[in-house]
Amino acid sequence: MKEYLQKYVALRKHNAQVAWKKAKIAKNCYLFLAPYAILFTMFFVFPVVASIYYSFTYYNILEPPRFIGLSNYISLILEDDIFLTGVKNTFMIAVITGPLGYIMSFLFAWLINELPRWIRSVAVIVFYAPSIAGNCYVIFSVFFRGDAYGHMNALLINWGIIDAPILWLINPQWMLPICMVVILWMSLGTGFLSFVAGLQGVDKSQFEAGYMDGIKNRWQELWYITLPNMKPMLMFGAVMSITQAFGVCDVTMALCGYPSTDYAARTIVTHLFDYGYSRFEMGYACAIATILFLMMILCNKAIQSLLRRVGT
Amino acid sequence: MSKKNKQVEEKPYRKPLIKRRKPNRSIAGDVFLFLFLLIVAFIMAFPIIFAVSNALKPLDELFRFPPRIFAQHPTTDNFSDLFVTMGKSWVTFSRYLFNTVFITAVGTAGHLLVASMGAFVLAKYEFPGGPTFFKIITVAMMFTGYVTAIPNYLILNKLGWIDTYWSIVIPAFASPMGLFLMKQFMEGLPTSLIEAAKIDGANEWRVFSGIVMPNVKPAWMTLIIFSVQGLWNNKAATYIYSEEKKTLVYALQQIQGGGIARTGQAAAVLVVVMVVPIFIFIFSESQILETMASSGLKD
Repeated sequence: MKEYLQKYVALRKHNAQVAWKKAKIAKNCYLFLAPYAILFTMFFVFPVVASIYYSFTYYNILEPPRFIGLSNYISLILEDDIFLTGVKNTFMIAVITGPLGYIMSFLFAWLINELPRWIRSVAVIVFYAPSIAGNCYVIFSVFFRGDAYGHMNALLINWGIIDAPILWLINPQWMLPICMVVILWMSLGTGFLSFVAGLQGVDKSQFEAGYMDGIKNRWQELWYITLPNMKPMLMFGAVMSITQAFGVCDVTMALCGYPSTDYAARTIVTHLFDYGYSRFEMGYACAIATILFLMMILCNKAIQSLLRRVGT
Repeated sequence: MSKKNKQVEEKPYRKPLIKRRKPNRSIAGDVFLFLFLLIVAFIMAFPIIFAVSNALKPLDELFRFPPRIFAQHPTTDNFSDLFVTMGKSWVTFSRYLFNTVFITAVGTAGHLLVASMGAFVLAKYEFPGGPTFFKIITVAMMFTGYVTAIPNYLILNKLGWIDTYWSIVIPAFASPMGLFLMKQFMEGLPTSLIEAAKIDGANEWRVFSGIVMPNVKPAWMTLIIFSVQGLWNNKAATYIYSEEKKTLVYALQQIQGGGIARTGQAAAVLVVVMVVPIFIFIFSESQILETMASSGLKD
């Protein structure tokens, strides 16, 4: 055992020495990377660490942070019903819009890919536009306005399906489904672009080989040729859509109000805003942020290990 | 005799009416899928078309019952009203515009330079710590900015950048997405190009500015687009308090929040805000797609 340890230490030492020498040779590389690395550490790595640290404290900006152990987490999970509503809503939204949006992104990218060139570029614009159209989703509050002037109500009343206008954005029963529709409408984002680009890059000769080997229809082609080729893009798209699905807040805040009736449209992020920017309980807000962070990373890791099996 | 000489009539080659581009596709399936695509495309475009037509409606049509989708008598009154309101505001319209343009331009330029420099060495050189650093960057793409919002505020506060443009501009430099895309694209460049330049006696900076950067122009465009989109839509509400430093989008959305009386102007605002990113995308689509082709996340 001792011998083994000694060997291990020696090996480590040697490796470190080699790395140090390599680093010396490559000092220009570090110079190039330095500006980005410093800013990145300052605004991405350090805040995550700081957020974890503050989550164990009581901090209201005015007084210095006071260490209170796990009690932020305990009261979050055991006492804060609104937070649990937020978690439930976020999960509902993430579980439904995340995979659906992801599948939609891929499906439409794949269908678009078969179109002639110029129609394809128009189609990409049409499908991608909602996700970059600023706060265009506000228009849905006109569709779903609670009185008879709202288009949805007007339509349904005219058809005789309902006789009194439905308060779409005030009735807790309807809030989440409507938000989900809007989020789905906006879900063809960066991942979609990545899919479109990736599909164009798939080697044509593989399809030809596929015809020879007796691939009968487009679905077989999709499963045996296209998907395995697209694996890296699928990974990238998954990261994008998970990040989006867990970070929902703009849409619910714009459509259902902040705070919404009965907190029915509260998500984790709106809860974070509430405690961080309205009540200035930074420690508590950081605990929320840390939980959100862990959820996102874990979910990403899980999905990635799942995607690794696609087409094999 | 005659039978033998009778020539086999050659069929003139006729183009098939419907060309099958791929041998294993059924035409019915094609037609069905494209119809489906057309319907979905209409659904996707409808809210945007509706927003535009709303902005062109005169006020009485906006409150019409039953509501109509297209404007009967399109006017540009809403837009001129909007400019009148903006002109009367305490801080002038041009100041808001300047703020947004300044933040967007400086943030994007800095991001492009800083991220490309980092991406260049990560893509083309091997040095201890490089791959690890890149892994951390891919992890950083996995969570939203909301997670880091509060510590970010505290850091910016310590630096004394709250209520200055820098609170928006400097964090934008470090966006992980830009570096990721740039690095993936640069990996596609032939290494021999860089080696040739080195043999000719170019140092790293020369290789970077003279050889690599001119060859990754599509990636430039992509970085610029993503950065502009982010910064243009940045309301900066939490970091900037002084009215004269607020961004255009913030000012426009204040008007939007003006209630029933401003319904027409609000509709116009929606269009003004969304037009810029969409147009930029239309003009740079092919370059963006070229970059995104290398966006895959390998493990």
